[in-house]
Amino acid sequence: MASDTADGSNRRDFLQIAGYTALGLGVAAAAWPFIHQMNPSADVLALASVDVDVSTVEEGMAITVQWRGKPVFIRHRTQEEIDAARAVALDELRDPATDEERTTSNEGVTRPQWLVQIGICTHLGCVPLGNRVGEPKGDYGGWFCPCHGSHYDTAGRIRKGPAPLNLLLPPYAFLGDTEITIG
Amino acid sequence: MSADTPTPKFTGVLGWIDHRLPVISLGYKELVAYPTPKNLNYFWNFGSLAGIFLVIQIVTGIVLVMHYVPHADYAFASVEHIMRNVNYGWLMRYMHMNGAHMFFVVVYIHIFRGLYYGSYKDPREVLWILGVIILILMMATAFMGYVLPWGQMSFWGATVITNLFSAVPLIGDALVTWMWGGFSVDNPTLQRFFSLHYLFPFVIAAFSFLHLVALHQFGSNNPVGIDITNKDKISFHPYYTTKDLFGLFAILLVYGFLVFFAPNFLGHPDNYIPADPLVTPAHIVPEWYFLPFYAILRSITFDISLFGFTLIDAKLGGVIAMFGSILILFFLPWLDTSKVRSANYRPIYFWAFWLLVVDVIVLTYVGAKPAEGIWPTVGLIATIWYFVHFLVLLPLLGRFERPRPVPDSINKPVLPKASPLGPQTQPAE
Repeated sequence: MASDTADGSNRRDFLQIAGYTALGLGVAAAAWPFIHQMNPSADVLALASVDVDVSTVEEGMAITVQWRGKPVFIRHRTQEEIDAARAVALDELRDPATDEERTTSNEGVTRPQWLVQIGICTHLGCVPLGNRVGEPKGDYGGWFCPCHGSHYDTAGRIRKGPAPLNLLLPPYAFLGDTEITIG
Repeated sequence: MSADTPTPKFTGVLGWIDHRLPVISLGYKELVAYPTPKNLNYFWNFGSLAGIFLVIQIVTGIVLVMHYVPHADYAFASVEHIMRNVNYGWLMRYMHMNGAHMFFVVVYIHIFRGLYYGSYKDPREVLWILGVIILILMMATAFMGYVLPWGQMSFWGATVITNLFSAVPLIGDALVTWMWGGFSVDNPTLQRFFSLHYLFPFVIAAFSFLHLVALHQFGSNNPVGIDITNKDKISFHPYYTTKDLFGLFAILLVYGFLVFFAPNFLGHPDNYIPADPLVTPAHIVPEWYFLPFYAILRSITFDISLFGFTLIDAKLGGVIAMFGSILILFFLPWLDTSKVRSANYRPIYFWAFWLLVVDVIVLTYVGAKPAEGIWPTVGLIATIWYFVHFLVLLPLLGRFERPRPVPDSINKPVLPKASPLGPQTQPAE
């Protein structure tokens, strides 16, 4: 038999550990395709960007467009809404963000009248109300999620209810004065 | 007929087969001669009823799949096709829909039976744990099945429930994307749910088999909750086959009424609107059997912080509470420290049990209400009580409760004190 070393381990122990390690790696490698097949496929990943003409969106109005299967809210804010959002102290916010940060596009252009956000409640994924005329806008004049009662302010920041985060911002850029590219 | 009947020796063709594949004598032993306590009440019907509803769901489900199309563009229309064009398609679908409701009714009664009579206690812990696994599989199956018609409630129910997993720290978003196969609930999600919805019932069947193996190891518990010998048992057939059959006919009346006279009574009208990713229904409500857990999920609306540092935010807290409310059942055999099984002999647990029943009914009611007004508070109190029951009350009761004397025979409770009957009816030692 193989000679034992000082700590009592022998060549057989080494072979066993090496063998089981190789087996484990092999099983993991074989399992990965079966797990990864559930991730987004190539056609889903090849997401097209969406160009949106916002010239017809009047001040105080908002539209919903679809991007990556999700609703995107584009709101043309009034001066009062902008002022209301800017008047809030950051330490009052659950997910602190300034109004400027919320209205800055990917190229760093800030147009406070345009607020572009993914219209999905950060709690459990419902579409909040408040984007259409007549819908409740919640206690802070922004959006209200009817599923579990989250209230967002006029900058889309979470103010009340179970949602942990502000409405997410998609990547977007301004194309001229009246067009926005999302994605 | 005594329960000690020996298994007969099969002869002829049956004998020839049984000698080589002993399933006939096994079936005889476990389903005919199987010794069963003679004092079981009707609450013991619900195990076999659950098995029957599993079979009904599998049979109707296999038939529905012959006509259903698991694709986001066709699913809703194919369900309508089943309802309008397929011969007896309406019957198959309504049987499947309401069969799911009945399955949960039956299983919940079965579970509360186990809670009342302490059926989860030594030596039946593994039997109980297998049952909890079956419950979780049932919930997953029912949830995914509800998504398949691709109506508004299907879509938004799937969105809300899958989003629960985004609360998992660090990997949450990647996990949700992985489950969706995209960036929102869409066709890939529908197709994988369909695949798993077809698979899980067979997994449930396998676990039900293990559940039965574990049951037959020590035999059924009984309303008195004491260990009994074969002297106090009777053969499963014809005594309990008959009793189970009677219970089946009774429950089929309820099932038949739902299927034929109120097929959509337990459903949501919104699910007859095709799924629309841009419009959330005003009020998303899960099916009734998920409402208690949904109420627990929504009851946590506050962050849990330590020294101003948020340990668990409200969303994760709600998710932990909801999954915890089910997972806690795995530990029930060890949380309940009392040696006495039946609540009939536990004066305090008796009331704790009924309070838990009321608590779950309150949670069900709160789960169906919009999250406003007094309901979040009521839900939070009911949630706290649910956990107090399992985590505080049960361990303490075993130490401080004084059980009533437990009879040494299941005959005692039904015999008059001074029995005029002869000594032959006296329970032997």
